[in-house]
Amino acid sequence: MAANEQESKSLWHHAWDSLISDRTTVIAMSIVLIYSVVALLSTTGLIVSDWSKEVGPSYAPPSSEFLFGLDIFGRSVFAKTIKATEIAMSVGLVTGVLTVLIGVTLGSLAGYYGGKVDEVLVWFYTTVSSVPGIMLLISIAFIVGKGILAVYLSLGLTSWTGLFRLIRGEFIRHKDREYVQAATAIGGGDFRKIFKHILPNVFHIVIINFSLQFQFAIKSEVILSYLGLGVQGVPSWGTMINDAKLELARGNWWQLAAATAAMMVVVLAFNILGDSLRDALDPKLKGK
Amino acid sequence: MSLTSYVLRRLFYVIPVILGVCFLIFMIFNVVSPDPTISMLGKHATKAQVLELREALGLNEPLYVQYFDIVKSAFTFDFGRSWSTKQEIFEMIKQGAIPSMTITFPAFFLSFLISVSISLFVAFYRGTFLDKATVFVCVALMSISSLVYILVGQWFFAFKLGLFEISGYEEGFPEVVPYVLLPIIIIIILGVGPDVRFYRTVMLDEIYQDYVRTARSKGLSERKIMFKHVLKNAMVSIITYVVLRIPFLILGSLLIESFFGIPGLGGITLKAVNSSDFPVIKAMAVLSAIATIVFNVITDVLYVVVDPRVKLN
Repeated sequence: MAANEQESKSLWHHAWDSLISDRTTVIAMSIVLIYSVVALLSTTGLIVSDWSKEVGPSYAPPSSEFLFGLDIFGRSVFAKTIKATEIAMSVGLVTGVLTVLIGVTLGSLAGYYGGKVDEVLVWFYTTVSSVPGIMLLISIAFIVGKGILAVYLSLGLTSWTGLFRLIRGEFIRHKDREYVQAATAIGGGDFRKIFKHILPNVFHIVIINFSLQFQFAIKSEVILSYLGLGVQGVPSWGTMINDAKLELARGNWWQLAAATAAMMVVVLAFNILGDSLRDALDPKLKGK
Repeated sequence: MSLTSYVLRRLFYVIPVILGVCFLIFMIFNVVSPDPTISMLGKHATKAQVLELREALGLNEPLYVQYFDIVKSAFTFDFGRSWSTKQEIFEMIKQGAIPSMTITFPAFFLSFLISVSISLFVAFYRGTFLDKATVFVCVALMSISSLVYILVGQWFFAFKLGLFEISGYEEGFPEVVPYVLLPIIIIIILGVGPDVRFYRTVMLDEIYQDYVRTARSKGLSERKIMFKHVLKNAMVSIITYVVLRIPFLILGSLLIESFFGIPGLGGITLKAVNSSDFPVIKAMAVLSAIATIVFNVITDVLYVVVDPRVKLN
C-alpha cells in the first residue's frame, strides 16, 4: 500500500500539493483555521465569556483603552465581534452540513436510480427552486420563529438545490462506468455502489460546494437579522450591522466597521478557498 | 421534434410544478405555521373571538379546500384581500410593481452593460495583473454584506453629502430621480462582482475554443476576435443567465425598498411578514414562483432558438 502511494499520487494528494503551493490559498486556509479556533474558544467559554459586561460609558469611541469602541450599553465592541464568530461559524457549519446531507442524498438517489424516482425528485427540486430563495427563507424562518434554529433550518432547507443538481448529474455520468459495473459483478448492492464507489469519485463537488455554502450562510445571517428573524440574545455580526441602522446617523460607525471587517475577512477567505478547491479538484478546469 | 411541440411539452411540465409550489406554500402557511389569529388578536383574546376570526379568514375550511384556493389563485390571480389593510391584493401588487421596476430595470440594463464591458476587458487582458486584480476586487466586493452597502450608501451619500434623498418616493419623471438614483447605484454595485466573474468565465471558456484559433490563424486582430466571435458565442450563456434575473426585477429588492422607503413589491412583502399578513405573503410567493417558472421556460426555448447545436429531446 505504502509503495503504491509513492508510485502515483492520488487526486487528493495532487490537490493538496497544488493548494499549499499557492500563497493566497494558504493565507485563506489559515484565516479559516484561526476563525474556527476563535469560535471554539468562545463556545467553550475560554475567551470573551464576559462580553456582556458594561466596561465604560455608552458609545465610547475607539481609543487605546477600548479597542473598537463601546456599544449603547457600554459593552466592548471588540468582545462582541469575537463572540459573534461563534454564531457565524456555527451557522456556516450547520447549514453546510444540512445542505450536503439533503443535496447529496437526494441527488445520488435521483441520479443513480433514474426513472420514476428521478422524476419525483426532479419535480421536488424544481418546485423548491421555483420559489425565490428569499421568500422561502422568510417563510421557513417565520414558522420556526426567531432564533438560531430558524437561521439553521431556513438556510439549510433552502440551499440544497444547487448541490442536488450537480450530484445528480455526476451520478448519471458515473453509474454506467466500468468500475461500477465491476462492483455489480462482484455482487455489490445499490447502497454499497452509491456510497462506497460512486460518492468518493464525486466528493470533490461536495467539498467545493460546502466552502461556498459556508460563506453564503454567513452573509445570509445578516439579512435574516435585519428581517428580525435572526439570532436573539447573543451578538452576531448580523445583529451588530443591524444595530448600526440607528447608530450611523449619530456618527457611531465602529460597531458597523468591526462587524463588517470581521465578516468580510472570513467570507473572502472562504470565497478564495472555494475557487482554489475548484481549480485543484476539478481537472476539467486545469490550465485556465 | 419541432420547436412548437417542444414549447408545448415544456409548458405542460409547468403544471405539476405550479401545483407543487402551491402545495409547498400550503404546507408552510396553512398546515405547519402557528395560528395567525393569536398574533392578530393579541394574547388576551377569548376563545370565541379566535374561533370567530378563524371562521372569517377561512381557516376552518377543510384543508383540501384551502389548498384548492391557493391553486385557484395561481391560475386566476385572484388572491383575495389583505388581512391587515383589507385591500384587494392584486391591486396592491399592480400598484407596487411600478416603483419596483422603476428601480430594477435601469439597474438591470446599466449593470449588464457595465459588467459585460468589464469582463470583455479583463478577458482580453487575461492572465495579467489587471485581470487578477479585477477578479480579486470582485470577490472582495461580494464578501461585504449587502446591508452594509445600503447602510453606508444611505448614510454617506444621502445623509452626509446630501446628494440624494434619504428615503421616500414621488411619482412622475423628474421628481422620482433623486429618490431612485442611489438605490439603482447600490443594486449595480451589488451585481458587478458576481456578474463580472461569471461573464469572464464564460468568455474564457470561449477563448480556448478551436474557432478562436482558426480566426487567429486567419490573421484576424485580437480585438475583432473578442468583439465579433467571442462575444457573440458567449452571449448564449450570458442571455440565459440574464433572462433568469427578470423575475427578480419585477419582484423588486426587499432590502433596498424597505430601507429607502420605496412603496414597491419588496416593501409590501416585508410589511406583510412583519404583520403576519398570510394572504399577501402567499400571493407574493405564488407570483414570484410563477414568474420564475415562466422565465425558466423562456430561457430553455431561447437556448434552443439561439444555439442550433442544442438538440431537442
